[in-house]
Amino acid sequence: MNPKSANVGIVIVSHSPLVAEGAADMVRQMVGDCVPLAWSGGNAEGGLGTHAAGILAAIERAWSDAGVAVFVDLGGAETNSEMAIEMLGEPRSGRVIICNAPLVEGAVMAAAEASGGAVLARVVATAQELSP
Amino acid sequence: MVVLANAALIGGLIEVCREAIAANADHLSELDRAIGDGDHGINMRRGLEAVYAERSRLAELALPKALEEIGFTLVMSVGGAAGPLYGTLLIAIGRQLDGANGQHDFARALEHAIDAVARRGRASPGDKTLLDVLYPVHAEVVRRAGLAGISEQAERAARLTFGMRAMRGRAAFLGDRSIGHVDPGAKSCALMTAAICRFLEEQCPA
Repeated sequence: MNPKSANVGIVIVSHSPLVAEGAADMVRQMVGDCVPLAWSGGNAEGGLGTHAAGILAAIERAWSDAGVAVFVDLGGAETNSEMAIEMLGEPRSGRVIICNAPLVEGAVMAAAEASGGAVLARVVATAQELSP
Repeated sequence: MVVLANAALIGGLIEVCREAIAANADHLSELDRAIGDGDHGINMRRGLEAVYAERSRLAELALPKALEEIGFTLVMSVGGAAGPLYGTLLIAIGRQLDGANGQHDFARALEHAIDAVARRGRASPGDKTLLDVLYPVHAEVVRRAGLAGISEQAERAARLTFGMRAMRGRAAFLGDRSIGHVDPGAKSCALMTAAICRFLEEQCPA
C-alpha cells in the first residue's frame, strides 16, 4: 500500500489562487511529502472566488481513506466546501471535515499532526486549538 | 396547472431564465460591485449558459430529475456563494418532488428547498439575501396567488432589500454601508421568478 494514503489528507481553499498555492507550498516545505495535499483557489475563470467543482477536485487529489481536513478563508469558501463535500457522496463525505482554524497556521499544524499518522479527529482538534 | 409537454416546459424554463440573466448580467454585477465582489452577473451568466448548453439532454428528463441536474450544473459552474445557494434550491426541490410518489405539492417542495438554502447559507429572512425574495414568493404560492401576483411580489421583495443591513456574505463586512443598495442575489432571484411566471402565463393563459 502507498504509505502516503495512510495519513489524513489536507485541502486548502482560498479565494485567491496565489494564497492557496502559497499556503500549500508552505505546508509542503515544512512537513514534507508524507501527507496528501491539494489546494483550490479562485473561481472557474481564475479570478478571485471559490467554486465547488475546484474544491471537489482538490478533495479527490488529496483523498485518503483516513479522511481529509479542509481549511478555508472567507465565507463563500466554506459554503462551497460544504457543497463539494456533499457532492462527494456517502460514505466518503463523512470523512471530510472543514476546520474552524486559521488557513495557514491551521494547515501547517494539521499537516504536522497528520504526518505522524494521527486520526482525522486528532488532526482537526490540533488545528482547531489555534482558534480562540 | 401546467399543460405543456414536459420537454417544452423544461426547455422553456431554461431559456427564459438564461435570457433574464443575460439581459441583466451587467446590472447584477453593478449591484454586486456596490456591496460584494462585483461578479454576480458574470457568475450567473456562466451558470445559465452551462445549463442552456445541456438543455436538450435536460429536457428529456422528468421534471424533478431535470431540476436536480440543473442544480448540479449551477453548483459546478456558477461558483461564489450563488452556485451552492441556487444549486441547493433546485436540487432540494427536485429531490422533494421526486420522493413524493407523484403526489406533487410544489408549495411544500419549495418550502423544504428554501429551508435548505437558509441552512446552507446560515441566513435568515431580513439578512439581505436571496431568501428575502424566496420566502415572500413561497407565501404567494401558498395562498395560491396568480402568476402575475407572484412575479410582482418577487420584484417588490427584491426592492425591499435596499433598506436592509447585510448580515451574510461579503456585504456583511460593510455593516451600515450595505444599506441603500439592492442585494444582487435577491435581484437575480426576482428576475428569474418574473421570467418563469411570464413564461408560464403565456403558455397557459387563465
